[in-house]
Amino acid sequence: MAEPAATTTSEAGEALLSVRDLNAYYGESHVLHGIDFDLRKGEVVTLLGRNGAGRTTTLRAMLGLVDRRSGSVKVRGHEIIDLPTHRIAHLGLLGYCPEERGIFASLSVEENLMLPPTLGEGGMSVEEIYRMFPNLEEVRHRTGMRISGGEQQMLAIARILRTGARLLLLDEITEGLAPVIVKTLGRMIGDLKQRGFTIILVEQNFRFASRLADRHYVIEHGKVVDRIDGTDLENSMERLNRYLSV
Amino acid sequence: MDVMMRLILAQGMLGLNNGVFYAMLSLGLAVIFGMLNVVNFAHGALYMLGAFVALILSSYLGPWIGLDALHLGFWPALIIAPIVVGCFGMLIERTMLRWLYKFDPIYGLLLTFGIALVLQGLFSNYFNSAGTPYPAQPESLRGVVHLGFMVFPKYRLFAILFSIVVCFLTWFVIERTRLGATLRAGVENPELVQAFGINVPRMITLTFGFGTGLAGLAGVLAAPIYSVSPLMGANIIIVVFAVVVIGGMGSILGAITAGLALGLIEGMTKVFYAPAANTVIFFLMVIVLLIRPAGLFGRQN
Repeated sequence: MAEPAATTTSEAGEALLSVRDLNAYYGESHVLHGIDFDLRKGEVVTLLGRNGAGRTTTLRAMLGLVDRRSGSVKVRGHEIIDLPTHRIAHLGLLGYCPEERGIFASLSVEENLMLPPTLGEGGMSVEEIYRMFPNLEEVRHRTGMRISGGEQQMLAIARILRTGARLLLLDEITEGLAPVIVKTLGRMIGDLKQRGFTIILVEQNFRFASRLADRHYVIEHGKVVDRIDGTDLENSMERLNRYLSV
Repeated sequence: MDVMMRLILAQGMLGLNNGVFYAMLSLGLAVIFGMLNVVNFAHGALYMLGAFVALILSSYLGPWIGLDALHLGFWPALIIAPIVVGCFGMLIERTMLRWLYKFDPIYGLLLTFGIALVLQGLFSNYFNSAGTPYPAQPESLRGVVHLGFMVFPKYRLFAILFSIVVCFLTWFVIERTRLGATLRAGVENPELVQAFGINVPRMITLTFGFGTGLAGLAGVLAAPIYSVSPLMGANIIIVVFAVVVIGGMGSILGAITAGLALGLIEGMTKVFYAPAANTVIFFLMVIVLLIRPAGLFGRQN
């Protein structure tokens, strides 16, 4: 397959990801009803919304982890809606950090770190990762279940940074973590943005997300119902609170 | 050394000899169950198939293709038979088992049980049910070894050592290498492993091929010891399932340890109370099931 030169598709300003009319189903239930959004290279966007609005499903549908899906998902110029899951990460240079963190209990920390296959060049070396997350080096021989929640979360992110993924899908990474760790994660996201990663954050913790994101998409009942620019946030707080309040 | 001690050691060696076959077969079952969540009832039939491939290579293949002088002996069979059986296993997985994963695991069990019956029926139709001796035991492994407490057939000693090496290598690859880590991760959360960009369906096919290949390998090793018979798999597989239950479904270490230990215990029982030798494993299975329902090495949940 002719790979469009990475330099032309991933030039800053051009769409790295465009999702059009994404529909997804689990069995008989229709969960996403036509999601649309775009991402340019180097942007950080959040998907906001209440529990069950379809934010996690949006990420899972992009990866083909739903029973059925339709519409269009283009990453780096490739249409991935019809591809089997295992090819999507390679074509889209996608790194996925699931909500439940997905740390493998039967693997050591180091095995967890080395598990995802290399997708492209430019991934962080193991040394770099241990420099970024010194805690992980200390616990690297323990099994995945015998480390703290914060360490698990860092491991879940660290292992996709090793692969050379450029588009990170991070689902609820601050959930259930102590404020000091949330702060560390915030610094880390800022750092990753500096390094040119493109990031989608599914977040419940709006204060965490608001400082980091270029743009927010509000999802309700499986649809994008609003789009708020990061710079415009102050003026839109009232609107947002209405969306997010129970 | 007194007579009793000699007897114990001698039965121990013979028990170990049975034990390595239990270990290799239950290891294959454990690998398959872990990855596919399928209880492979065809495992005994595939063990039988491995022995028959060895027999056919040495006695029948030449005449069939018009080369009467062609006899492929034990060493080629030791490589070819596991590959043939493994490929046959992958064919079963690709064309049949694959469609059943989304249903209850009982369907996989029923399918493999059916395959076992078909294979047994086919071979019973063309070969002697009472068994055919395997003629191609290698020259270098004929004769006996003096172990001090007994004389032991050289070939059986080889079979014991070879099987233990195979079991250890399998354990090592699964528990200590990166490939094994990928397999273990695939067992735990196939969806996420797939999302990372690993082709899980292919991994499943290869795992099934490997597990069935192990059964084929055990079949070749068994051929010179027991006679090659269409029912040899049906006879051993019942014991092997008991071994797997005792060791813990899906546990690699459990399968190997329980296989060797139960072979030994069976041998010992012959010394102390011979009539119970054939049933001691099932008594132990009942006890283990009552005390630790997930098996000695299984995760208790």
